[in-house]
Amino acid sequence: MVSQYGNDKGASSRASSAPPLPGGALAPDGSLPGQIAKIGMLGLAAAVGLWAVFPLYAEGRWIGVATVVAVTALIFHVYLSKRTVPAKYLLPGTLLLVAFQVIPVLYTVGTSVTNYGDGHRGTKEQAIAGIEATSVSRTADSADYTLTVAARGDADTGDLVFLLTGPDGSAYAGTDEGLAPLRNATVEDSGKITEAGGYTILAPGEVNRRSGEVEEFAVPTGPGSGIRSSGLSTAYEGEAGRVYDAGCDCVTDTDSGQVFTADNERGGFYAEDGQRVSQGWKVGVGLDNFVRFLTDPTLGSSFLSILTWNLGFAAGTTALVFALGLAVALTLHTRHRLRGRTTYRLLVVLPYAMPSFAMFLLWRDMFNADYGLLNRLLGWDLDWFGDPWTARAAVLLVNLWLGFPYMFLVATGALQAIPRELVQAARIDGAGAWQAFRTVTFPLLMVAMLPILVATFAFNFNNFNAVWLTTEGGPFPTDNPMAGATDLLITYTYRLAFGEAGAQYGYAAAVSVFIFMIVTLISVVALRRSKSLEEVHN
Amino acid sequence: MVRPLLNRRTLLWARRDGWRHLVMWAVLAFALFPILFVVSAALNPLGTLNSSQLVPAGAGLGNFADLLTETRYPRWYLNSVVIAVTNAAATVLLSALAAYVFSRFRFAGRRFGLHGLLVIQMFPQFLAIVAIYLMFAAVTDYWPKIGFNTHWGLMLVYLGGALSINTWLMKGFFDTVPKELDESARVDGATHAQVFFRIMLPLVTPVLAIVGLLVFIATINEFLMASVFLRDPGSQTVALGLYGMVAENRNANFGLFSAGTLLLAVPVLAVFWGLQRFIVEGLTSGAVKG
Repeated sequence: MVSQYGNDKGASSRASSAPPLPGGALAPDGSLPGQIAKIGMLGLAAAVGLWAVFPLYAEGRWIGVATVVAVTALIFHVYLSKRTVPAKYLLPGTLLLVAFQVIPVLYTVGTSVTNYGDGHRGTKEQAIAGIEATSVSRTADSADYTLTVAARGDADTGDLVFLLTGPDGSAYAGTDEGLAPLRNATVEDSGKITEAGGYTILAPGEVNRRSGEVEEFAVPTGPGSGIRSSGLSTAYEGEAGRVYDAGCDCVTDTDSGQVFTADNERGGFYAEDGQRVSQGWKVGVGLDNFVRFLTDPTLGSSFLSILTWNLGFAAGTTALVFALGLAVALTLHTRHRLRGRTTYRLLVVLPYAMPSFAMFLLWRDMFNADYGLLNRLLGWDLDWFGDPWTARAAVLLVNLWLGFPYMFLVATGALQAIPRELVQAARIDGAGAWQAFRTVTFPLLMVAMLPILVATFAFNFNNFNAVWLTTEGGPFPTDNPMAGATDLLITYTYRLAFGEAGAQYGYAAAVSVFIFMIVTLISVVALRRSKSLEEVHN
Repeated sequence: MVRPLLNRRTLLWARRDGWRHLVMWAVLAFALFPILFVVSAALNPLGTLNSSQLVPAGAGLGNFADLLTETRYPRWYLNSVVIAVTNAAATVLLSALAAYVFSRFRFAGRRFGLHGLLVIQMFPQFLAIVAIYLMFAAVTDYWPKIGFNTHWGLMLVYLGGALSINTWLMKGFFDTVPKELDESARVDGATHAQVFFRIMLPLVTPVLAIVGLLVFIATINEFLMASVFLRDPGSQTVALGLYGMVAENRNANFGLFSAGTLLLAVPVLAVFWGLQRFIVEGLTSGAVKG
């Protein structure tokens, strides 16, 4: 894309003494190297498009194919047209932004109005298949399989897969969606499978660690039947004890005779006494998740205090790092030669160069009441994380330490961008150093730094690591183990939504949308008042 | 430090510079003592947390040797540096392209675009991680080359954030370059691309350096997204590897952890110190003044 400046076109237009067009800028084409680069980039875009379209085409995913074709066509249109100059510059970043930020956010908003989570994962059909498969028990003519426990991806966290060898020696892969023949598997004489493409075979120790899951795992094999494990190395196909009947849209337990009727609004099967079958399906629940967040008694009582601290934490961090960062920048910002300035600059940014996640953990250990470095150095016996206010002060101190070098960098850059003549003019007009700073330097500085300050605020509003890796939200009042003194909304939510109760993605998404709205509101108000937006308006 | 000598020069120095040095010494004490602790823990031959002091009792490079020979640290390190350098370079380019049009062109959707950039990144990405995970589960099925356990997939997600507050930062600096410069070039027949690459970019090198540095550091430190994408030990970054190390045994591995932390800080410092010249001098030079 780098092209020769002062190209033939400019030269020839001058040679023919044609008056230069106003904004001869719109002069098209560009130089030869520029053209070649452009053709190369478009060729690359076409190649990537082709590569992306093949698997989609093979699987018959027509919407996907259409999307890839549309995006590729858009790229060609933007770069071949002469009227879309701003788009030429914005397109690459915007495409990535849409794909990996906007769509996940929209997806999250979509999830927030569902009950998606453990027990409500798939469709109703999958839930029924799961219920039937989990309830199977051995019958007289049950087929037995040799079981090899495997996983998709990581041995400890990947989805479980049962690799099964039937009596006739044929191999299958059983997932929670059903049974499929297994090709490219190495089967031993005993029936154990030692290698299977695409699956990670679990070592005995790893199987033991996940034995609870293996016990619960079931492979649906058809209406009213499924495969379950019997021990960790054999499995059987049996008949379901709980059978779904489409006529009454209900599940009947053949042993107890209990009937669970489908509730399509809540996404589960419920008995008359309110008992629920653990497998349900994903349904839309409207704004229930939001209502729950605002009206739940446990949440409601702690909500205000957490929001207050959350705002205090974000505003406090922003103010502290700005104050210290600017102070250091001003200290080093002089016209005359300051001995050691370069060394100071190099050393001051050291905290920023340290890996932040590691430093959070390190600070946590320094604040430790028993063997912490701070207590040992100061000769104190202070339980920093035991008292709400010392814990809060500690978290702010850690965040200040990590954050001020960044502000120092930005402030230094902004200070150097302010034309020296302006300050000099103010001084000549009789302003003192402080007055010149207050009336000239500082306002100009704020114009450049306000977006950074807003972003710092927004970042710290959700600074999960700063709290989770140090205090984990504690200390907790004795009467409420869910809401700690240093909890941010996001750590609080994390504990509630991903804690012992299991994954509740729908609920978690609702709270994150809620947090999003609060931060947006605050930021928009802050930006409305700022001068930097005026530049955007003109 | 400032001794009250009855020497006029010393007095002048104290008034003009002395306070600066005092302030800087105080700030440096605050900034450096945790780092001193890491250094002494890394050199501590016992390598445990509860034996670590601010000034080490003994010193040895045993922790470093163990880290480099008995763990996968070298591999993690390479992964981290490759990912961070690529991401920083791509982000700087994408962001500069956008900042240029936001600064120099007036077009429909400009205001929306600038405000949208600020708003979209206020969404806690942490919770969108579920959505990203589900998206990439599908991507892994169709295009395993950019799916989980690949650096490509992770970098694509990082680049989703290329247009961000950094674009604002850059736009602010682009605005300080006088319009007359590029206007005169365009009257002379330069295309918009030539103005961008030949005139604007050289003038805004300092901000490019700052943004590149910030992105590099953020990528080196990034933990959450990497932990979702990189499960295979061979593909992991230093942040993941070190975290796993102390999660297993915090006390006993503290020396290794500290040594790893220090080594991870080295490339960041190298980049910063390498770019120092741009950051410090850049914006004060000639044509940038408004």
